[in-house]
Amino acid sequence: MTNLLSIHTVRFIVLLLLQVLLLSHVNFMGYINPYPYILFILLFPIKNNRMLFILLSFLLGLCIDMFLDSGGIHAAAAVTIAFIRPVALKFSFGAVYDHQSVKFNNVDFGQRITYISILTIVHHFILFSLEIFNFSKILLVLKNTLFSSIFTILLCLLISIIFSGSNKK
Amino acid sequence: MQQIVNFILRNKSFLLFALLLFISVMLTIQSHSYHRSRFINSANFLSGGIFNTSNNISDYFGLREQNKLLQEENNKLKSILFNTENITDSTFIDSLSFANHYKFTAAQVIRNSYAATNNILLLNKGNNDSIKQDFGVISSKGIIGIIEKTNSKYATVLSILNTTSSISAKLKKTNHFGSIKWNGKSPNQIQLSEIPKIAPVATGDTITTSGRSTIFPKGIPIGTISNFKLDTAENYYEIEVALFNDMTNIEHVYIIENTDAKHIENLLDTND
Repeated sequence: MTNLLSIHTVRFIVLLLLQVLLLSHVNFMGYINPYPYILFILLFPIKNNRMLFILLSFLLGLCIDMFLDSGGIHAAAAVTIAFIRPVALKFSFGAVYDHQSVKFNNVDFGQRITYISILTIVHHFILFSLEIFNFSKILLVLKNTLFSSIFTILLCLLISIIFSGSNKK
Repeated sequence: MQQIVNFILRNKSFLLFALLLFISVMLTIQSHSYHRSRFINSANFLSGGIFNTSNNISDYFGLREQNKLLQEENNKLKSILFNTENITDSTFIDSLSFANHYKFTAAQVIRNSYAATNNILLLNKGNNDSIKQDFGVISSKGIIGIIEKTNSKYATVLSILNTTSSISAKLKKTNHFGSIKWNGKSPNQIQLSEIPKIAPVATGDTITTSGRSTIFPKGIPIGTISNFKLDTAENYYEIEVALFNDMTNIEHVYIIENTDAKHIENLLDTND
């Protein structure tokens, strides 16, 4: 348990710093930034207390907001995907999830892509809607969501593959 | 009563979610209104300190470029200095007048952002250097923005690349004024509106600050007109302005304090 706790604490801090110091300044093609800090929310243990999970996600989002001066947009997006995660889990893993025995390291690759994509797209859509906050610019929201999502999904997959490989050894 | 408690217990995670979502949306809405106090901002010791450390490291990569900019500015100032020397020799200097009501403070940008629609910069000067809200921020090439929040060591700047900021500007060759706003699209184009139809507008004309507010002195360069057209009512021009500043690459800036701002605002208040 202490091992699990320390892994998640370290992951929280490392992802936060990686996001605010490096990945928010990528500005690929002028405006595309990845937000792989949501990996913390994606890989959080399933059996854990749901209240604690939602609270931690909110805290992570709020910390990102503090560094990026963005009001509360990351907090809102993070807390939403934390809340809808069971739905996404059930949709992408099906029967395995009902037995509460999903291990992210040994699930099917296609299922993993579905799972990451659903939550990333929802997260980014909320993020950019709140950031731009103008219904007449819905096209800009969709464009940002699409391109940033692709970037984030790729990075999330890469990171999860690299680190799950080293865990098995 | 029992049922209410049961209801709360059954839906406790949903209620927690709703509460947290409500808080974050309120924070977002608050950050969209100009100059409303932000609870969550990066001008605090934790994020300010971390950005300061990271900037200390990344500084070195842009050193050559920034040196060139500073040298250019030095050249400009030197040429002004040497050209005016002859004149001042032969004229009487009134050392008792209070002409210098603008005070400049040099600062460094420790966090820059330009990809979002509401961009905010972080500077390494704060209350300890008597920096306060509503001071102007410029670089050697043109305007950057307005100080929004300060703490003892850091200050956040509402960049001109922020859809909520609006700055008074005028044509350099005449005195027709309007206001500049950003539409959130390109980081080197901003929009000037409310210039009346009668004004002589041409592409390539320079836009400067108007000096009508107490924040910026008159005549600080902003950019040149790259494109213009009449609005739908055909009364005012809608002008695209190409910025002199490369907002994606700024390091050394100057903070302007107008020491007369209080007197001017008091006077305006009594008129209302």
